[in-house]
Amino acid sequence: MAEPIVQVRNLTKRFGDFTAVDGVSFDIRQGEILGLLGPNGAGKTTSIQMLLGLITPTAGEIRIFGLPFDRHREEILGRVNFSSTYVSMPQALTVEENLRVVGKLYGMDRITSRIDDIVKRLEMEEFRTKITRKLSSGQMTRLSLAKAFLTAPKVLSLDEPTASLDPDIADKTRALIKEIRRSTGLTVLYTSHNMREMEEMSDRIIFLQRGRIVAEGTSEAIKAVYGEADLEDVFLKLARTKPRA
Amino acid sequence: MKLHRIAALLSRHLYLYKRSFPRVLEIVYWPFVDLLIWGFITLYLAQFKAALPNFVLFFLGALILWDVLFRAQQGITISFLEEIWSRNLMNLFASPLTTGEFLAATMILSVSKVLAVSCVTVLAALAFYSFNIFVLGVSLIPFILNLVIAGWCIGVLTTGLIMRYGQEVEVLAWGMVFLFQPISCVFYPLSVLPDWLQAIARLNPATHVFEGMRAVITAGTFPAHNLAWAVGLNAVYLTVLIVWFHVMFAACKDKGLLVRVGE
Repeated sequence: MAEPIVQVRNLTKRFGDFTAVDGVSFDIRQGEILGLLGPNGAGKTTSIQMLLGLITPTAGEIRIFGLPFDRHREEILGRVNFSSTYVSMPQALTVEENLRVVGKLYGMDRITSRIDDIVKRLEMEEFRTKITRKLSSGQMTRLSLAKAFLTAPKVLSLDEPTASLDPDIADKTRALIKEIRRSTGLTVLYTSHNMREMEEMSDRIIFLQRGRIVAEGTSEAIKAVYGEADLEDVFLKLARTKPRA
Repeated sequence: MKLHRIAALLSRHLYLYKRSFPRVLEIVYWPFVDLLIWGFITLYLAQFKAALPNFVLFFLGALILWDVLFRAQQGITISFLEEIWSRNLMNLFASPLTTGEFLAATMILSVSKVLAVSCVTVLAALAFYSFNIFVLGVSLIPFILNLVIAGWCIGVLTTGLIMRYGQEVEVLAWGMVFLFQPISCVFYPLSVLPDWLQAIARLNPATHVFEGMRAVITAGTFPAHNLAWAVGLNAVYLTVLIVWFHVMFAACKDKGLLVRVGE
């Protein structure tokens, strides 16, 4: 079995009296897609933001590529990227200009040919030279994905990557993620509120509630444990269960 | 016309003032600053009656140099605000970009803006008022460089505050530099200020730059002591503020503010 590429141990984040993430531990192995599931406020976003170095943990350890994050931030983030529906890009720049800036930020070689490739794969040719402000929400999501794939990351965090895409583009995007994972051994941390998508994409799922892991395993194993045929029913059952004090 | 709808809109705006220090500052501070600046200018002019030497050089030169300080500060602060407005901060700080690299980029950008704006103001002064700032000589160049650094200091301070306190204090991006104007002695000499305010103004590097400019104009000599003061104060302030910015950045990451700034 492949070595864990992401190791999280007792990760905790407190904001004053509020504990957003409470002693969470998990591994993600190379080439694995780990689904992070949970209701709003469960600690998914805070966990991802700690993995991206945007929030400093109160306690616990994050190791990526075997390196402690707090001492190897630059080295790690050079090989990590993310895409989120909730993050935008400079609006006055064209799609291509935005991608070029990202390429420079990550010190990439052959930026133009990488942009050509990613634009083709995400079917972005028709709006490549368009000002970002004028993109539709679906096009904006594709730009965010292009930004994430452009730097050829080894670890990728995808926060609702298909949220505003039409079914056709969403399906192609999922296929692309799987294809890139197959060809490059990409490791993915995936969040979505679309349960069918989570089942299709994730090798393993972690269910967070009030900052704690309350279920972990393959979607089949989790469904079996909770006696439900559908992951959505498991979600509702877990989300509506009062946590132990 | 319904009064309750007008009242609703009024209350929508008045609610903001209950918790917003910068908005209160707008009401209290700016009229006070205007009064101070025009009061001191009037005192200065009254001292000389109608015989103020080289008054065109004094005022137009001061205005052009003040713009250098203002644009240097804006170059840093507006660059940061642009990232907030376009919700791009997460893209930047989840990349290998360091805080130092971010500041360095904004400082270089600030110099570019100063150069571009200075070209416009210098040429406009020449075209409309036949005022050639270069008659002041090359001795002004080290003073101008110090004004740029003083602008960076105010820019770093303002950016750190916006990062920490968010949209609430965005107005400082345009107003912060004017907080320093009365004690920068832009349009009047230090000697016009009351003694206690002179002591404060001497701690401001911009004061020494404008004092130096006036010395160049009136005496035609190079005021080395003014330059030394400006360089020394700038070195201390810039070092302290860059360290402070790093501390503030770490505090924002700890409080989770970096991902929420602009919301």
